[in-house]
Amino acid sequence: MSARRRLVLALVTLGAALAVVAAISLFVGSAALSPGAVARALAGRAGGESVESIVTLQIRLPRVAAAMLAGGALAVAGVAFQGLTRNPLAEPAVLGVSSGAAFGVVLAQIFGLGLSVLEALGVASFAFAGALLAAAAVYLIAVIPGGLSIQTLLLAGVIVGIFFTSAITVLISIVDFNRLGGVVHWLLGNLAPIPAGSLAVFAGLALLGFWLILRHARELNLLALGEEAAVQLGVDAERLKRRVFIAASLLTGTVVAFTGPIGFVGLVVPHLLRGVLGQDNRLLVPTALVGGGIFLLAADTLARNLISPAELSVGVITSFCGAPVFIYLLRTRYRVAL
Amino acid sequence: MSALVEFASVAFAYPQPERARDGGFALADVSFAIEAGEVFGVIGPNSAGKTTLLRLLTRVVAPARGEVRLEGRPLARLAHAELARRVAVVPQDAPRPFPFSVEQLVLMGRYPHGPGRFFESDDDRALARAAMAATGTLELAALPLEQLSGGERQRAMLARALAQAPMLLVLDEPTSHLDLRYQAETAALIQRVNAERGMTVLLVSHDLNLAAEVCDRVLLLSRGRVACVGTPAEVLRREMLEDVFGCAVSVDVNPVSGRPVVQVAWPSVRAGR
Repeated sequence: MSARRRLVLALVTLGAALAVVAAISLFVGSAALSPGAVARALAGRAGGESVESIVTLQIRLPRVAAAMLAGGALAVAGVAFQGLTRNPLAEPAVLGVSSGAAFGVVLAQIFGLGLSVLEALGVASFAFAGALLAAAAVYLIAVIPGGLSIQTLLLAGVIVGIFFTSAITVLISIVDFNRLGGVVHWLLGNLAPIPAGSLAVFAGLALLGFWLILRHARELNLLALGEEAAVQLGVDAERLKRRVFIAASLLTGTVVAFTGPIGFVGLVVPHLLRGVLGQDNRLLVPTALVGGGIFLLAADTLARNLISPAELSVGVITSFCGAPVFIYLLRTRYRVAL
Repeated sequence: MSALVEFASVAFAYPQPERARDGGFALADVSFAIEAGEVFGVIGPNSAGKTTLLRLLTRVVAPARGEVRLEGRPLARLAHAELARRVAVVPQDAPRPFPFSVEQLVLMGRYPHGPGRFFESDDDRALARAAMAATGTLELAALPLEQLSGGERQRAMLARALAQAPMLLVLDEPTSHLDLRYQAETAALIQRVNAERGMTVLLVSHDLNLAAEVCDRVLLLSRGRVACVGTPAEVLRREMLEDVFGCAVSVDVNPVSGRPVVQVAWPSVRAGR
């Protein structure tokens, strides 16, 4: 089967799965609503002030949208970082990029930026800057003549992550804690409802990052030949690395700004997709957008309902899934690669 | 015949001093031309500058002085993809780790012919299959490159370069990992590509006898300078080689091909007897 047909087939399958998971997520929750009530609200036939309308349209629907966007963006960022570093373990949280973005967000909150549309752009800019700073630091620490050292890359990611986490702790300690009320909950990754305008900003930035990476998916494949061989095939390797690096940082920063540093989505989803579709980034980038959405939406639905009426942070669920995958990859892939 | 590649007084130095040779230059004042249609060899001791020369030709690095020209045009004025449509390199080693299949590898050779394309065209796929057929790798198409033997990997890398449909095929140490049979096959393949497709071939190797057998002309590099250019018989002379390599050699004539055959005159072994 040609790559194009495999991509279409995979996207149709994943799209159907996404629809199913989204439907489940809309119909279940701590508020006891009958399926009929939810359906009425979705169809716009319940009154605007009715409980089912408020719960369905103002709480569950934006949350479903945010989960899909965040999951998709993180998974695409994972594919991008893995392609750039030629390392299946590279992922926004593992590389410390999420922590850098989180530092940017906490800084923005200290300046009093909230979630109105303009302010959301401001927060996202801070997060993007933090993500770029962390990614650049990790890259500069790990780069050696002729490429990236795999062990150094992971260690650099851990160290940069610890550094920014400590910096966040310092900020929280010296600023009046009440002004940073939700920070601890947010730091674990949390999909609180986002206003529609900010959600549009979120979607715009996520799709921009996705599009930038998708355009370079074929060239990312060629990077697997080694940088010199990629140049000899006509790839402007420096420009490619710079663009994909910036786009992946933008995706990470955007997600962290709106939902907090949710870990391991960028590790688990690409790993599962590679098992089915192989290593072609032209298949992985678009399917990761949908597959990441499915994964995080399912994780968030669990987080909302497992200990209802209380709820878990979605980051807890993704970490429980991600840690075993990380260990598995470390033990199997790596022995061969080193 | 006209010059396909020209090096005009090219000098190059690596920024890191530990890689530099000969007064800070990896290459100093190198001038030569490769004619269209010939098999041209670049030989010389380790660190004579063979790899640097290859990297200059493929624009991985730029010369500090002088100019490299392709069909009379300076390389610096060619876009990366434009150059890759004309010059293809078979590297010494296959990449590792490399998670793609042989067919995916060979299709990568089509990139410079349509860099804006997301998926390869039907023409691209047909040309990739033709390149695999020419190198005997068609039945390996679906296998991961990493599962292949050394000889098969080498042929798959060659198929990728042929799929690039270049004017100039550059082979970097093509026989370094191969046993005798694959060395002979590689030599035959070089000559076939040259004869049947009219492709100019640049062979970079420290295998003097391979170069002597397959090349029309060879260039002997010594410490970043051109020691000698000419036919194998003109270049592979005992005094010349002993001077450049710094050891005693004997040069005979292959009774079948009439080409020179170089052997080391193992001094330490004789002294021990």
